[in-house]
Order: sequence, then structure tokens, then C-alpha cells
Amino acid sequence: METKDIKHDEFVINVGPQHPSTHGVLRLELWLDGEDIIDSKPHLGYIHRGIEKMSEALGYKQFIYLTSRMDYLSAHISNQACSLAIEKGLQIEAPARAQVIRVLMAELTRLASHQLWWGALGLDLGAVSPFFYAFREREMILEIFEETCGSRLTMNYITPGGVVNDLHPDFVKKVKKLIEQLKGNLHEYYQLLTGNVILQARTRGVGKLTAEDAVSLGCTGPVARASGVKCDVRKLHPYDGYDKVEFEEVLNDKGDNFARYWLRIEEMKQSIYIIEQLIDNIPEGSYREKLKGVVKLPAGEYYQRVETARGELGVYIVSDGKKEPYRVRFRTPNFSNLNALRPMLKGAKIGDMVSMMATLDLIIPDIDR
Amino acid sequence: MNSIYQYFRAIWYGFSSLWKGMMLTGHYLVHPKKILTEQYPENRDTLYIPERFQGEVVLPHDENNEHLCTGCTICEMNCPNGSIKIITRQVETPEGKKKKELDEWVYHLGLCTFCGQCIDACPQDAIKMSNAFEHSVYDRKLLTKVLNQPGSKLKSAKK
Ligand code: SF4
Ligand code: SF4
Repeated sequence: METKDIKHDEFVINVGPQHPSTHGVLRLELWLDGEDIIDSKPHLGYIHRGIEKMSEALGYKQFIYLTSRMDYLSAHISNQACSLAIEKGLQIEAPARAQVIRVLMAELTRLASHQLWWGALGLDLGAVSPFFYAFREREMILEIFEETCGSRLTMNYITPGGVVNDLHPDFVKKVKKLIEQLKGNLHEYYQLLTGNVILQARTRGVGKLTAEDAVSLGCTGPVARASGVKCDVRKLHPYDGYDKVEFEEVLNDKGDNFARYWLRIEEMKQSIYIIEQLIDNIPEGSYREKLKGVVKLPAGEYYQRVETARGELGVYIVSDGKKEPYRVRFRTPNFSNLNALRPMLKGAKIGDMVSMMATLDLIIPDIDR
Repeated sequence: MNSIYQYFRAIWYGFSSLWKGMMLTGHYLVHPKKILTEQYPENRDTLYIPERFQGEVVLPHDENNEHLCTGCTICEMNCPNGSIKIITRQVETPEGKKKKELDEWVYHLGLCTFCGQCIDACPQDAIKMSNAFEHSVYDRKLLTKVLNQPGSKLKSAKK
């Protein structure tokens, strides 16, 4: 694209890396003809921390905490993916209680993540108050995390063999209260944003992504499901007992911004439904299978995929039998979802760029790792 | 005619949807009890911090200035960031045997990510996380702490 000739009234602008309307340090190079976007090119690497390389120097139990810093809004789920991959290598399975705790935590994470997205979407489109409404419930979830795991954002709670601590005595009570409050407050979400004329005008029919594009670009998660692609890992390759709970894979075939918006709101309801099924049925028993101090995986390759709040996360571990992994590779959902931006932006107006990026729900540290 | 109708309908829809949102804001304006804002740092005394909150690593001492750390360095090996340095010394027991003992438990708070793996790994349960969270200081040197108090020693008979 660098070699492309710029015609008389075309020009190039950079959005980011430090731009108030992007959610992180992503630089977008936009080729414009007036207000129309001709082409776009994302530039990565501004927040590259080398998590994959760092993992090669750390032990199997140790590197997991780094993955909380990839998609920091799905920290539990990233930890879960690594733990499952390591458990695969050790050929063990987490105890039943630990599995249920993991699913509960993962769904709470999904709720918290979608709520933050909902608030940030409002911010991106110029509405400040939804952010505070979203943070009201998110704060409750974070408090639940804080009580049980000890931290709010980067928990390092799910570990190979189970979870680090048992649930806090108040956990069940608090989660029930949260669900009640969420259900009671969901109508505010509609009142405040869904029916809003500005949101409708800026999302309906904007940023169309066809199912073919979604598949060929490797999009997963809500982005692909809003284009009608079935890709929920929880349904297709169940892990940690997701096959035992009932839930629906929400699909929409419109593929525009509003479809993605609607889909995430519906997913929140599904997460609530999953939590409701499990919260009264947490099995008793041990929450952790104690592993040896130094974990060594037998030589081989291990792959585990999970569904984070943004799509499919794959963890690929190559072991050569030593106490550190030989190679760790993460297939992160945001990297692939970012690719969807180019076909969406082509021919669009520059004013729609922000709403497209907002509904893609990009987490830049997850793209760069 | 139809387009004029559409035009006014859009205006009406716009106003009504904005009004709906404003209604919600108004509802919270007249129900101040539902507001959740906390006035930190004024509310420090009443701040709720769960007891498991991971603030910093501490080495608890009992009233005789004794701790549980044997200086085995397992926590040092388990820390992914190198925030811990255990310095040991050789001492002679009354029976004349040489023994390793904790000299200094050096903790680099500035490197710590509060992952809790040292706590998890310690075989003696000698260290734990405290709830302190206001860590800022003016000098980076102050972030390097020695956790064992001067003159402290290993609690001898473990119950
Ligand atoms: S704190 Fe625990 S793990 Fe660390 S040196 Fe002391 S006894 Fe060993
Ligand atoms: S909490 Fe984690 S980073 Fe901090 S000293 Fe312990 S092991 Fe190291």
C-alpha cells in the first residue's frame, strides 16, 4: 500500500497511536478522499510486551499470570485456557467443584467485559452517562472477584489443577444479589442507549461485515456471530463442563454495528442464565488438585481453545520435557477481529470509523501481546 | 407529503428517545440514596477492603519477634518477576552443627505484580498478603524493603 500513488485530492491521516477515540495504542492509517475512506491499514506493536517470549523463560505455573495482561477484560478466561492446556499435558482434570467455579468466574468475566464495552460504546458515540450505569454493575462483579481472588483485574486465580482459593463464604449471596440487580436494571440499558436515536442512526446499516468476510478473515466471537457464523467454542468444543449447562448461541445475520450491539446485550442475558443454573449447584469437594512444585509436561504439543468475551482464544504449548515451555503461542481473538476493520471501512465515511471500532470491541494489548 | 411526514416523525422520535434517557437521569437526580459514588480518600476509615485483597507481601512476626520463614528460597524461585531475594547466613547450632538461616528477606515492591505465587508456594505458610494499597513514595529506594524485623528469628517448635 505504501507504493500506491496518491491522486490529486486524496490524503492520508493517522488515527492514533494516542488518540482519545481509540481504545488503546493502535495506529490506524487511513487513506481518504474527502470524507470517504478508500483504504486503511492498522499498525501494531505499540504495546508489544513479548508475552510469548517471556513465557519461554518461566515455568508452567508461572507464566499464566502474564496471560491476564493480554485481554485484561477476560483475565479469568485466558488463565483458564492456559490451565486447561497444561492439564491436557499432565492428563489430569480439575475437580468438579473447580470446574463449576471456573465456569462461574468465566461468565462473570464475560458480563463485566460486555458491560465495560457497553459503557465505552456510549463514550465513543458521545454519551457519557451510560459509562457510569455500566460501571455500577461491573463494580459489583469486580468486588465479587476481589473477595474471592484477591484482585480485581488481573486475578491469576485459575491455575492448573483447579483454582487457587476456595470461594468466599459470601460468594453465592453476592452473585444472587448481582443477578437480581442486573435483571432489574437491564431495562435502563434499553432506555438509555438502545432506543436512542443517535445510537440507532450511527449503528443501523453501518459497518456491514458479510459472513464470507468474517470466515475468511478468521473473525470469531460476537463479531462473527453477528454476521451469522456459528463459532461459539463453548458449544462446538465444550470445556470445563460447558456441555452440562444450557444456553443458547445467539446469532444474528445482519452483520452491521447494531447487530453486534444487540448480540452482546443478548449474550449478557445468556451469561446470566448460565450463572443462574450453576449458582445453586456448586458441588462440594476439593477445589484444587495440588500439583508438584515444579511442573514438567511430557514432550509434545498441546492446544486448547476457549471462548473469551471477544472470541476464540487458542493456547498452543510445545514442550520438550523441560520445566519451561519450549514455545508458547497465543491465537488471540482481537488480532483476527481487527482484520474485519479493513473491509468495513472501505467506502465508509470517516465519521463512522469510531462506531465500527467500538462495536468490534478491540483490546489492543491482546492484539500485540 | 410522505417525506414531510417522515421528517417530522424522525424529529419526534429523536426527541422522545432523548427524553427517555433524560428521564432516567432525572430519576437518579431525585433519588440520591441510589447514588453509589464513594468519596475517596475522605472515606478511608469506612472503606471496605476484602480480607483476601492482595496489597503487598508481608512476613508476619509474633509477639516474641519470631517468624516462620526457614530461608528455603522456594518463594524466590517461584516469583516470576524476581521481586524476592532471600539472603541466608550460616549459623552454628548449640550441638555444633552448621545450619542455614534467614538473614534478610528482601522484597522489591516496585517489581511485584501481586500475583500471589510466592504465598502459594511457601511450604511454611510464612508469608501472606496484607491489604495495604497506598504504596506511593517519593523515592524509588523506599520500595525495596526488608521484611524480617531486626533481631527476629525462626519460631523454633512448630505447633
Ligand atoms: S517465605 Fe516461605 S518459601 Fe520463602 S524462604 Fe521463607 S519459608 Fe521458604
Ligand atoms: S506476589 Fe508474585 S510478583 Fe509479588 S513477590 Fe510474590 S510471586 Fe513475586
